[in-house]
Amino acid sequence: MEALIHASYPVASADYVSAGRASADIKKRLKQLGVGGDVLRRVAVASYEVELNLVIHSMGGHLDLDVYPDQVVLVSADIGPGIPDLSLAMREGWSTANEEARSLGFGAGMGLPNMKRNADDFNIQSEVGKGTTITMGFKLA
Amino acid sequence: MTIRDMVDILKARVLLGEDKLETPVYTACCSDLMSDVLAFVDEKTVLITGLTNPHVVRTSEMLDLKCLVFARGKVPSEEILEAAAEQGLVVITTKATAFSACGMLYEKGLRGVPVPLEWGAEEA
Ligand SMILES: Nc1ncnc2c1ncn2[C@@H]1O[C@H](COP(=O)(O)OP(=O)(O)O)[C@@H](O)[C@H]1O
Ligand SMILES: [Mg+2]
Repeated sequence: MEALIHASYPVASADYVSAGRASADIKKRLKQLGVGGDVLRRVAVASYEVELNLVIHSMGGHLDLDVYPDQVVLVSADIGPGIPDLSLAMREGWSTANEEARSLGFGAGMGLPNMKRNADDFNIQSEVGKGTTITMGFKLA
Repeated sequence: MTIRDMVDILKARVLLGEDKLETPVYTACCSDLMSDVLAFVDEKTVLITGLTNPHVVRTSEMLDLKCLVFARGKVPSEEILEAAAEQGLVVITTKATAFSACGMLYEKGLRGVPVPLEWGAEEA
């Protein structure tokens, strides 16, 4: 199926000031398309958490938005460092976030489990030295 | 209660959204952990916090929160207030600590965002 909207947002490592701009724009675009309520909130929360992970944990990457007639797809892809133990990373409370991220109210180890809870489809692939790719699908009613 | 009632109860100062004080509020949450707020809040509620960084406003934006309450008289920077103004958020600041602010609002009938209070079988 052809995407109604495609947008790609570069996300820089350790850029705590801009962190969240992509998600704010994604939310705005979806709203303009008439997406609202529960789905919009779930996309916004998952998008914000995954964007923050790019800033806090990755060496840089991008966040892609694709909107299809029946679903919203978010893909986060980065260039490393990758996650050595995925089942540990998915555990609530597990975090390797630094002091700076914690001082901003993040690094509670809730991001990945929260993304999984909010998305209808959640897939994470990671390879140490290569990078991490997270794909999330949200069904449109 | 309304946001105006909250302002009276907390003897708060309104920093933004003077025109939206009649908005009704049914629940509130209090946290400095934005990840936590993003994980359990699923309604348009009020956030009481001691953090004044831009992510408090971003988190509010993602969740469509109605009102931000800064405890201990904290006032965020002009830049952060501008971002809050852009999304039409009401922002107030109270001298009370976060704990006391919650207590005063609870006493007047405001309740927390609903979360399960009982331990699940696997956690007990
Ligand atoms: N894009 C990423 N690149 C490398 N590591 C990551 C990435 N995303 C998450 N992680 C790892 O998974 C852990 C858990 O992530 P998360 O649940 O979002 O919690 P937090 O961000 O609060 O640490 C992180 O602390 C980090 O070790
Ligand atoms: Mg995270």
